[in-house]
This record gives sequence, structure tokens and C-alpha cells, in this order.
Amino acid sequence: MKPSCSRRRLLGLLAGGAGWLASLPFARTAKAAVKNVFASAKTPDGYNPTKHHWLMCIDVDRCIGCGLCAEACKAENAVPQSSNYFRTWIERYIIKKPAPGVAALRGDVIVDSPNGGRNGFPPTLVPKAEILKAFFVPKLCNLCEHSPCAQACPVGATFDTPDGVVLVDPTYCIGCGFCIQACPYGCRFMNPDTHTAEKCTLCYHRITRGLQPACVEVCPTKARIFGDLKNPTEKDPLQEFIRHNKVFTLKPHLGTEPRVLYANIDKEVR
Amino acid sequence: MEADLNVLQWSAEVQAALPHVEGYAYPNETHVLWSVLIVIYPYITGLVAGAFIMASLVRVFNVRALAPVYRLALLTALAFLICAPLPLLLHIGHPERCLQVMMTPHLSSPMAMFGFVYAWYMMAVLLLELWLDYRHDFVVWGRTEPGLKGAFYRMLTLGANDISPKALDLDERMSVAVTIIGIPSAFLLHGYVGFIFGSIKANPWWGNVLMPVIFIFSAIVSGIALCVFIYTELSWFRRKDTCDACLDAMGKFLFFALLVDFSVEALDWLHRLYSADESIHVLKQLAAGKLFYTMLIGQLCLGTLIPLGLLGATQLFGAQIPNFVRRRIYYFSALLIMAGVLLMRWNVVIGGQLFSKSLRGFTTFKLELAGQEGWLVGLGLLVLPFLILTLLVRLFLPNEKDQPANTPTIAQLPQLAREGNGADDPAHERPSVAL
Repeated sequence: MKPSCSRRRLLGLLAGGAGWLASLPFARTAKAAVKNVFASAKTPDGYNPTKHHWLMCIDVDRCIGCGLCAEACKAENAVPQSSNYFRTWIERYIIKKPAPGVAALRGDVIVDSPNGGRNGFPPTLVPKAEILKAFFVPKLCNLCEHSPCAQACPVGATFDTPDGVVLVDPTYCIGCGFCIQACPYGCRFMNPDTHTAEKCTLCYHRITRGLQPACVEVCPTKARIFGDLKNPTEKDPLQEFIRHNKVFTLKPHLGTEPRVLYANIDKEVR
Repeated sequence: MEADLNVLQWSAEVQAALPHVEGYAYPNETHVLWSVLIVIYPYITGLVAGAFIMASLVRVFNVRALAPVYRLALLTALAFLICAPLPLLLHIGHPERCLQVMMTPHLSSPMAMFGFVYAWYMMAVLLLELWLDYRHDFVVWGRTEPGLKGAFYRMLTLGANDISPKALDLDERMSVAVTIIGIPSAFLLHGYVGFIFGSIKANPWWGNVLMPVIFIFSAIVSGIALCVFIYTELSWFRRKDTCDACLDAMGKFLFFALLVDFSVEALDWLHRLYSADESIHVLKQLAAGKLFYTMLIGQLCLGTLIPLGLLGATQLFGAQIPNFVRRRIYYFSALLIMAGVLLMRWNVVIGGQLFSKSLRGFTTFKLELAGQEGWLVGLGLLVLPFLILTLLVRLFLPNEKDQPANTPTIAQLPQLAREGNGADDPAHERPSVAL
């Protein structure tokens, strides 16, 4: 019986496959180098995006809604001052007790984010006796594995970097707004001054220089946990976070596979 | 007591800062990004696709009753296609970078296809079809018209002056082939516009597999309605009687296209209501609240049900209805349908941005009068194609005052040409179609 695949052909296929695998790191490095050359904002000399993988996680129980993160983000990234534009913001969730006589575990849910929470949150108008529980949720770009914004951009001005960030090249963006419509989390906006799409960059200009994002830097309760997955430190905060918490992502049914993980979140958070 | 006053004062401040938001919307979503220009863009492309598909009924499906409006439909498609990119160019933040969509398209983006789909439809389908159809006339007009106008027609021949029966027969066969390619291209042109919205899974109002189909059928409906409107108006301007057989045929196609369009949209709603995913509550509130007048009253009642009833009556009792009444029914229905489809685009584009993706609240949209995305610019963009069409009609659809009522149709022309009547001689012009 004639063999369906000769030894010579099999060896050829295996060698080809091995060659393809071996060339992957070089191809990725080359791709990153090319992107670096064409990027409008140059990264510092010596910074190699393939050697890092940045991530931010959120511990909801730690957030006190002080708003320093939103304020620092506005200042650090020159985000327009209007209350319509935020790279990061904080939401307050107030879950009321069920009305008397209603067979339910919880009542109405009230969500607000006055001025993105950047000035903190005033006392709620809901009487304390009616509140079942309340908590704050910081929001930012979810750094999706399958980012719908990058998929939708008609010119590739929005792109995934090798170090795990989704960026916008403002010198290439045509300002169509398709990425803003495609983001399920409302994390993007059209900058009224530059007329280009804008979003959280994890403070790329800072993290590529060994600093932390501005919001992480100013958070007084360490509700935002930031680190480099490829260069874990001893007692790495990200590793500790994932070890000690049950984590969730926002809108998992959309298949965007957000990389930003939330601990201690409630089902009401979208 | 002092604390209570502070709370009240703060609450009033928040309400004053975002008075147009009900419930909770993500902070970046409190204003509508895609405005009236993006409403007009799919409306215009839909009219192009619909008008072309109606013209193709003559060429490919040999619906001879529609021959009087064949050229008018093609010219209408061209006039609107010329204007199709304008709303996009006016809307985008950096129009000077628009060519990047074609130079460096990001192939995973449906919007990146616009340049290619547009160029293909414009150059390979519509202009080619028109040129093949008009080549004989260009040659004849180039010889008979004096001065600049004659030179203009001679230029449009592109040097192809052979109008022998054999050459005209080749034109005809190529024209049919282009139309056959053109039908899927027209579907592609508008199906892709529907896909731009249907592909956005982040937005439950848009992210829907039926969206391209809905857009295609609404395009066909609006395109035929536009042809009814323009044909009636043009006949009135030229003081000529409309061809009742042609209007009846358009009315028939309009009725059935509207029926399919209505069925597909009804299926969409049926599916949404039955599957009832997490967004259904906010979508129901949207339809019954913010979009009550534009969707339930405008799009559904005025733009769909009333025309369906009127056109249905002409189908059922056509013989009993006097001709002049039928003409008015078609005209009135066409106007309602065109307005209804415009409202449908409004409901899709604006409606999809009136609710927050948090599914917890609504924002408000107020159309400004002036400004880049205001009433006036929108109105101008809707009027501009009619102005271009007026010019095209003056240039390419001469008023044949003494033309008999039973003018040979475009589908009969090659046959006449083949019968050998000295086509090279300008004195033996190929007869023009009606209008």
C-alpha cells in the first residue's frame, strides 16, 4: 500500500513548521521596530516593546471615590476640561434595599459619575436607611485582547502595541469616530481641539520610561494595580492580586476579552 | 440641616451640568457624535443603489414598461453618487487625510472599504454603463451640436466614433454585462453601509445580522420612490404626460419592495422582542419614547403603512381607479416613502446614540440650525443632487417635444440599429427614449 505522505515530504513539512516557529520572535521584533519607526510619539532609546506586557487591574473594594485618578489623568494627558471627555472616570453604584413587601434581594440601582468623579462624590440623596450597599468602580480602557476599536479603524491609526496597550496615532487618525462607536465601554472620545479620537494610553509616555501611569501614582488606596507581566518583581502586585482575588471582566459576552481585570465587582456593573 | 442644603445645592449643579441626560450615561457618551451628516450619507447611497437597481430591471430583466425612466434612473444614480462622499468629508475631523482610507486601508474595518466600493461602483459600473448606453448619442450629438456643446459631446465619446450596427450591438452586449455586474455591486454598495452599523456589536441597536438586508431593501424602496418622484416632476416641468404603464410598473415594484422591506424590519423587531436580551428594556424605551415621533409615527405609520395601503389598493383595484388618481397615489406614496426612509436612517443613526452603552440612561440630541452639522448643511446636501441632476438632464436627456407617445424604448434600440438604417449618417439618428 502506498503511504499517503512520504518520509521526505513529512520531514519537509516538519522543517518548514519549525522554521516558521523559529522566525516568529524575529518577525514580532521586526514588526515592533517598524511600528516604532513610524510611530508619531517615539519611545525612549533602549525601550523594546516586545520585552514588556503592561496590565492594570482594579480592586473595587479599595476604591473610595476620591477622584484623584481622574483629576491626575486630565492634568497629565491634557484631556479637555469639559465633563464630556474622560480617559478614566469613577462610577458610584448605589443598590437600594427592596421595597417593603417585595420578594427581592435588592431594589433599584442608581449609578452616577458627576464630572467623572474627578471632584469626588457628594453625599447621595438616597436616604441611608434605603441603601443596601454602595461602591465605586474606576473605569478606563479595557485593553481588549480583540479590541473592536482597532478592528474598526479604517486607516489603522488605532493599533495594538506589542507591549499590551491600545494606542491612537493622532497624526494619522482621520477623525471618523468609528472606533468611538465600536468601543463597548465608552472609553473613547473625539478630542474637540485635535479632532482625533482619544483614549487611555496607560500613560505610555510614562510607563516606557519606568514610571507608573498617573492614575496609579496618585491612588491613595492602591485600588489600581499596575505591572509588567513579562518582568514580574518579587512580590509582584499583579501576581498577588490575581492570587488573592476572584476576578471578572466587563461585558464578557461581547468576546472582546478585556485584559483589565476587576476584583470584587457586582453584576450590576457594565 | 446645613448638610442637607449642601446636598440639594450639589444635586442642582449636577442637573444643570447635564440637563440633557436621563439616568446614567458614560461620561464620554453624553453628546451625540454622529449627527445629521451621517444620517444623510446612507440615505444618499441608498437612493443611488435603489435607482440603479430599478434601471437594471430594464436592461437585465427586460421590464420594457420601465424603459421611459431607464436613462433618468441612471442619471439620478450618478447625480446622487457624486454627492455620496460629501457628508462623510464634511463630517470627519481631518478631511485632508481622507485619501489614507484608500492608500493605507485597514482591511478589518468595514469603513475602509468605502473608497474601493465607491470607486468600483462609480467607475466600473455606473459611468461605464452610462457611457456604453450614451456612446451612440455622444457621437451623433457631437456631429450635430454646434460650438462648445458639440466639443463636449465629442470629448465624451473618448474617440470611439464607430456607430455601425456591429459596434452598437457590442455596446449593447457589454452594457448588459456591466448591468449584471452592477446589480451585486449596488447590493454591495448599500449592503456594506448597513454592515458598517450591523458590525458594531457594542451597540445593540445597530449590531444585527439583518442590518445590511434592511438597508438594501430600504435602499431599493427609496430609489424607486425617488424615480417616481423625479419622473413625475420632470414630466410636469416639460408639460408632457407621464406614461401610465411605466408608472404602474414602478408602483408595482415599489409596493412589493416596500412589502419585503417592512417584513424584514418586522422580523428584526420580532426577533429582538422574542430573544429579549439585556438591552431590550432600553430599546423598548427608546422606541416608545425618544423615537416615538420619528419611528412609530414617521417611519412606521406615515412612511410604511399608509404607502403600503395606498399602493396595495392600486394593485388590488387598479382597473377601477382612474388614471389621474393612480398617478397621484404613486406620487404621494413616493413622497411618503422617501420621507419614511430618511426617518429610518435618522432612527438608526441618531437613535443608536441616544441611549448609553451602559444601558442605564439616555442622552438628548438637538439639531442645530447653522454650523457644520446643522439643518442648513443637511438640507443643502439633500438639494445638491437635484441641482446636479437638473444639469445632467439638460445635457443628456433632451426634451423631445414632438416625440410620439409610443417612442421606442431603450431595450429596442439595438434591434433598430441592427436593422441597418445608415447609422453612420447623423440624419438617421438613433431615436431617443421618451423624455
